[in-house]
Amino acid sequence: MKLHADREEQGLPAKGLLRDDTKFASGKIAFFQYAAVGVFLFLITGFWDLQVRNPQVYQERAMENSIKAIPVLAPRGKILDRDGRVIVDNHSSFSLFLSRENLKMEHLKPIAEGLNLDYDSLVARVKRFQSRGAPQYQPIAIKEELTPAELAFVESHKDADTFPELEVIHVQHRLYPRDGLAAHVIGYVGEVSEAELNTPEFARFHQGDVIGKDGIERQYNDILMGVDGQRRVEVDSFGNERGVLAEDKEAIPGKNLQLTIDLDLQAVAELTLENRRGAVVALDPRSGEVLAMVSRPAFDPNLFAGRIRSKDWKDLIDNPDHPLLNRAIQAQQAPGSTFKPIMLLAGLESGAIDDNFTVNCPGGANFYGRFFKCWQRHGTVGIHTGLVHSCDTFFYNIANRMDIDDIAHYAEMVGYGHKTGIDLPHEAEGVVPSRKWKIRNFREKWYPGENISVGIGQGATTVTPLQMAAAIGGMAIGGIWNQPHLVREGARLVPVRHGELNQENIKKVVSGMYGVVNEGGTGVRAHLPGIDVCGKTGSAQLVSNDALRAGFKQGQSMKDNAWFVGFAPCNSPEIVVATLFENGEHGQLAAPIVRDVIKAYFDKKQRLAQPREQIASLPAPLPGQLLRPPTAVQPPGASNP
Amino acid sequence: MPAYRSVREFDWLMLVLSSAICALGVLQIFSATHDTHYSDAWWKQVIWILAGFVAMWVTTLIDYHTLLGQIPILYGLSVTTLIATYVLGMSAFGSRRWIGTTSYHLQVSEFVKLVVVLLVARYMTELKTEQFELIDLLKLGGLVALPTVLVMLQPDLGTALTYLPILAGGIFLAGLRWQYAAAIVVVVALVLPVAYFVVLKDYQRARVISFLDPSQDPKGSGYQVIQSKIAVGAGALWGRGVTKGTQTQGRFLPVPHKDFIFSAFAEEHGFVGVIVLLGLYFLLLMQIVQNAQTAPDRAGMYICMGIATLLLFHVLVNVGMVVGRMPVTGIPLPLMSSGGSNVLAIFMMLGLVNNVRLRRFVN
Repeated sequence: MKLHADREEQGLPAKGLLRDDTKFASGKIAFFQYAAVGVFLFLITGFWDLQVRNPQVYQERAMENSIKAIPVLAPRGKILDRDGRVIVDNHSSFSLFLSRENLKMEHLKPIAEGLNLDYDSLVARVKRFQSRGAPQYQPIAIKEELTPAELAFVESHKDADTFPELEVIHVQHRLYPRDGLAAHVIGYVGEVSEAELNTPEFARFHQGDVIGKDGIERQYNDILMGVDGQRRVEVDSFGNERGVLAEDKEAIPGKNLQLTIDLDLQAVAELTLENRRGAVVALDPRSGEVLAMVSRPAFDPNLFAGRIRSKDWKDLIDNPDHPLLNRAIQAQQAPGSTFKPIMLLAGLESGAIDDNFTVNCPGGANFYGRFFKCWQRHGTVGIHTGLVHSCDTFFYNIANRMDIDDIAHYAEMVGYGHKTGIDLPHEAEGVVPSRKWKIRNFREKWYPGENISVGIGQGATTVTPLQMAAAIGGMAIGGIWNQPHLVREGARLVPVRHGELNQENIKKVVSGMYGVVNEGGTGVRAHLPGIDVCGKTGSAQLVSNDALRAGFKQGQSMKDNAWFVGFAPCNSPEIVVATLFENGEHGQLAAPIVRDVIKAYFDKKQRLAQPREQIASLPAPLPGQLLRPPTAVQPPGASNP
Repeated sequence: MPAYRSVREFDWLMLVLSSAICALGVLQIFSATHDTHYSDAWWKQVIWILAGFVAMWVTTLIDYHTLLGQIPILYGLSVTTLIATYVLGMSAFGSRRWIGTTSYHLQVSEFVKLVVVLLVARYMTELKTEQFELIDLLKLGGLVALPTVLVMLQPDLGTALTYLPILAGGIFLAGLRWQYAAAIVVVVALVLPVAYFVVLKDYQRARVISFLDPSQDPKGSGYQVIQSKIAVGAGALWGRGVTKGTQTQGRFLPVPHKDFIFSAFAEEHGFVGVIVLLGLYFLLLMQIVQNAQTAPDRAGMYICMGIATLLLFHVLVNVGMVVGRMPVTGIPLPLMSSGGSNVLAIFMMLGLVNNVRLRRFVN
């Protein structure tokens, strides 16, 4: 107003007009207009470049930003016992993955620090995935079973500015029974290793796949393992899901697998074996179905359910008792006296002896200029008493009368010296010595003097507990050997082997084994009132193949292994049980284990044979109870004294 | 005696243009924040715009000559307030730009723009000679430099920089000898490197580096530019639709309702939307320039052109940043970006332009 008023007072002087003339700027204002046009064109070309010339590039990058492919992990099938009870279940947990689409190597250090992971092994792991050319969408699992604190760390760091590669995925983890119940049968799962990927068996898997590594989990991996799916979700820059765009590939869960294992028998066998080194195998010889299979010491398969920590793995590997070894199919030990029934059968079948064959046992005998001791003075023994009292002298004589290749023939007939073909990996085949075997392994001919110790199951002969159960069981049902197996459906069974044996001879051997348990023989501790149990004890000198090759000489004193093999009922066997104690200071306990398992079998059979009303009143086993340690299972003696 | 002819002379076109831009801004603020903690930002913006209309009306009514007469007081008040803000002001986002309580605060530096516009206009009007002499350059430069430095110290480089185009525009209009122009270029060329290494803070230097090569630091300062370009490009010709832009909705875009609102708009409305919006800004700018051309006196002309220059600078730097053609400076887009001080200040400037327009026939 002031300026305005001034001008009015001055009466619009010429100078004032000139001073206030805006015409001088019109050119410059026009220039400004052109500049503005220029600025807007400059901006528009920017948008033209991005939005019209190549929008696809940016659309793709926007998609990369906001769309994440998340694997949907298929749960493995459950493993059930023969009655459909759950042995191996799954449980829900959260695993942390690194999404490889937006993985930054420099983020690994803070991530490792935040989650207490070993940085070097994390880097090595990521590099392994990258070098393997696994599919880009497949993320890398770096930690299983996240704790709430770890989940909180991930949630607060997975935004686009920090560590967008962090990805929490809900997974179904394996839940194995506690205390290693049936651990060796079931095996365990684990992430496929670098070395395994290079083998034909595992070549079809991808880095990071969780596969069966041992036992049933490995043998039937294709049935148990599902097919992982994938879904695409829209995420924001904090890594939070905004919505599912598409279920690209649905996850196909693995199928359940029913085993022939009977959890009741398994539990009894586990319980009675306690934590001594050894194995128990129970079979139905009529079908070859494995009812129980125990190896101790056991391991906890749950250690493997995620990725096993290197310390746990080292502990298992360095343990002198080798807990990972499935002694039921992998322990190859001299059968000792449990070989005598086979020997007696071989002698009778080959004609080397007849029913009236007798031997006087003064506590040993001389063969080829050497004295072979018997464990007792038995006096005169025949084919029945020789077996009942397990007279070594008697069997030395049978072996002396036979050719080693004939002995081998019968040993192989019952199943020794080759794998039973059970549906488990890593089965051992044992040794049946013969001329051919000696030449092949020692480049030496067979000396007849070596026959003598073979006669009592010593020398080079080794068998596994499974072989023993299968051999004795097959013989007891009349010389018919069914292939032992753990899965009813889908198992590839070799045809039943029929031995061409004289049934009368078999009856004589079975009668001898009846005497062992019921006529004051060496196995009276396996006696069960009301049930005809047959069996044979054995204590075998511990001979490893290494020691043999190193020039093992007969008579060298070593710690004994204790065996017992038994079946029932004698005339129509339904169950055969073999037990091995390594370094058996508890040799006397082998027979009771077999007895207890057989008793459990018949107790259960009797229970099921009761009227239906009573069965219905029995407490139904819950899955949770089955996952309890075997010590929680009532011993059979207590439930029905 | 009325100081203006009639309300009919009011620049309705300018009001329509600015209202249209504001409406698109509110829509975009809604779209960008509807499922976030800031979901109330859109109606807050509506209230600020309504307040802006009032502020525009008030600044229209007070004769701009009166305002020019009060410049010494306004200038002194501005500088004092800036110092007070620096000393006492609340610290938000690591800088001291606001004054007031937490729920109700104003960004002083936004309103200082108005004072700078008026200051330049008055100084240029009162020049003794036809030529703009070196001594004037130093005097006016010093007057503008003081608030600039104070704002820079807050630190708010972006807003501080907006004062300089007003000065430069004024000098350009007043006419500067080419020797002086050349001298300024030389001085700037010498001062820039020193300023880069001495004055600029680390994060500001990082912004310059990331502007020159965004891929060098994709997760740091370059991240915003890269995400903004992705958002713009993904919008393509027709855009992805309101609330459908994944860059905006997924928060990949930094502050999609404030500094990067144009980027969010470009993603959801595409090139076509961009042309419409830029067209609105261009028309608004030309309307202001037209008011400058018809201004009754030099003071009015300088005021209008100062405001036009300021707005052009804002659009250039903000929208240029969105497409990666300008460094990230953190200055808002006039009339669109969510934020009260900016909306109020811009409407007050538009009020000033109206003020000049309504007095064009007074003489």
